[in-house]
Amino acid sequence: MVRRTVSLWGAAAAACLAGVASAAETVSSAEATAQNWSSLSVLVLATFVGLGVIGRVSRLLHTPLMSLTNAISAISVVGSILIAGSDYPPPIRILGAIALFASMTNIVSGFLITERMIRMFKERGEAKK
Amino acid sequence: MMHALVEIAYLAAIVLFILALYWMNDPKSARRSVSAGVAAMALAMAATWSRPEVVHHLWIIIALVGGVVVGVPLSRVALTAVPQRTALSHAFGGLAAGLVGTAKYYMWFGEDPAELTGFRMTAIVVETLLGFLTLTGSLMAAGKLHGVSWIPQRPVIYPMQNATNLGLLLLALAIGVFLIVNPTGSAVAFPMLIALSLAFGVLLIIPIGGADMPTVISILNAYAGLSAVAMGFVLDSRLLVVAGALDGASGLILSIIMCRAMNRSFTNVLFGGFGQVQAPTAAGAEDRHYKEETIEGAAQSLEMARLVIIVPGYGMAVAHAQHRVAELYDQLTKRGTTVKFVIHPVAGRMPGHMNVLLAEAEIPYDDIVEMDDMNPDMAQVDVALIIGANDVVNPAAKEQKGCPIYGMPIIEAHRAKTVFAIKRGKSTGFAGIENDLYFRDETFMLFGDAKDVVGELTKQLSVDAAAAA
Repeated sequence: MVRRTVSLWGAAAAACLAGVASAAETVSSAEATAQNWSSLSVLVLATFVGLGVIGRVSRLLHTPLMSLTNAISAISVVGSILIAGSDYPPPIRILGAIALFASMTNIVSGFLITERMIRMFKERGEAKK
Repeated sequence: MMHALVEIAYLAAIVLFILALYWMNDPKSARRSVSAGVAAMALAMAATWSRPEVVHHLWIIIALVGGVVVGVPLSRVALTAVPQRTALSHAFGGLAAGLVGTAKYYMWFGEDPAELTGFRMTAIVVETLLGFLTLTGSLMAAGKLHGVSWIPQRPVIYPMQNATNLGLLLLALAIGVFLIVNPTGSAVAFPMLIALSLAFGVLLIIPIGGADMPTVISILNAYAGLSAVAMGFVLDSRLLVVAGALDGASGLILSIIMCRAMNRSFTNVLFGGFGQVQAPTAAGAEDRHYKEETIEGAAQSLEMARLVIIVPGYGMAVAHAQHRVAELYDQLTKRGTTVKFVIHPVAGRMPGHMNVLLAEAEIPYDDIVEMDDMNPDMAQVDVALIIGANDVVNPAAKEQKGCPIYGMPIIEAHRAKTVFAIKRGKSTGFAGIENDLYFRDETFMLFGDAKDVVGELTKQLSVDAAAAA
């Protein structure tokens, strides 16, 4: 029941986003590329995969889940490295370097604290050393 | 060749990210999750760094080292401080997204405005808007959670609040549309978009109070994910789109679970100003009074009980009482008493907050049960011990139409044979309503700091055990 509502919501959200983007795409039809469309379908598919996978996450682990997804969404390092490291004007590269610092902080603290929390969850019998 | 290798690394990273989340379905397999996530991230970073267009390395190294220096201490905070750490990292995520959007805009603006297509511009506007509003919104939330003195804890309400917020958002969207249609039309449009997003983030969180934080943190989590998706469109990177969508889906699911657990909608949490709701005074409220119980009396009831449930709430986190609670749990289970912890989805200040605290105190997760699994068997419970929880056990949510929390699912502790409620003072809970549970015939109050009261209960139990032996 919960899962169904969640999927509906997620589908609606992804569809909205895709809709907005494709509207913009139509406006700028001249440079409409196949790549943009495939990115949009990747978004819709990934949202469904995400909803399916995360709907099954144990409720015990919601706090570590949040710190883990936090670290995962710091994948924006990829963008930050490209901007900080490419041959762009320095002011732009500075923005990239600050973004890189912020993402790296999330990666390090996110993974470390998730690991720390997950290790604490023990079954009966396992708990007492 | 190089290009293909980079793409293969990105593909592997996508698979590993999905596996990392999939393994979170059970605490045992979850131990693999972090390794998978770290491997994915390392692959993605190494692949990106090796791309030919990355020619400057010094700043990258400095930023990475800085991230490690700040990140390591942030991962060592006390577990009671995890909600504010989480909010802070959402802020960092938002900052990164906002800055990358800004950098890309000005890069194309300066070098090749024709590159600012409608599609890219839409993505940049969405990324910047969400990124910067997540930044200030999360900083506000972190400040509130941490109890920073100059950020008011209680919801701040002023006249025309929703109209102001909505107006601001519409203005930001209008500027966004202007930029999409005419990317280089005005030099002030983009800075204005940033300023409005920053302001909107602050104003959005100011009216929200403590107990709504689990929902708000989840929503901000979803925003951070969506801004990463938008960044994926800006940079034309599928990896970013997928990782962002996973994060967004997680935030969305958690928000929905939190909202359902409070019987409220998103809009109600964001625009409701919940803390200001005044409860209608129940008839005969004047002659209601608490019954107090002594530690000795409570210990005696616990000794005679066969099935005890413990309902922890934010009060347990505030008092850092989880280790004392674990001692009480040990003392009771040693006697052969069955002890279960019943957790309300919104207990604490973020999703799953109580579970982590109990795990820290080495309470095995077999004895942690969810509200829906415990409620049907509540009549068999001999003693329900409420530790710092309030609204989530208030029977008014079931019985009093018109009460602000009416309809919210609760842990039906009032159906247990005896209830002991540990409470710091006689104040009302977050919702500002009297808790009917405290005035019931079967309820006895234990006033005091949760840590002290639980400690004394445990001591009394062990004294009694020694006397019996």
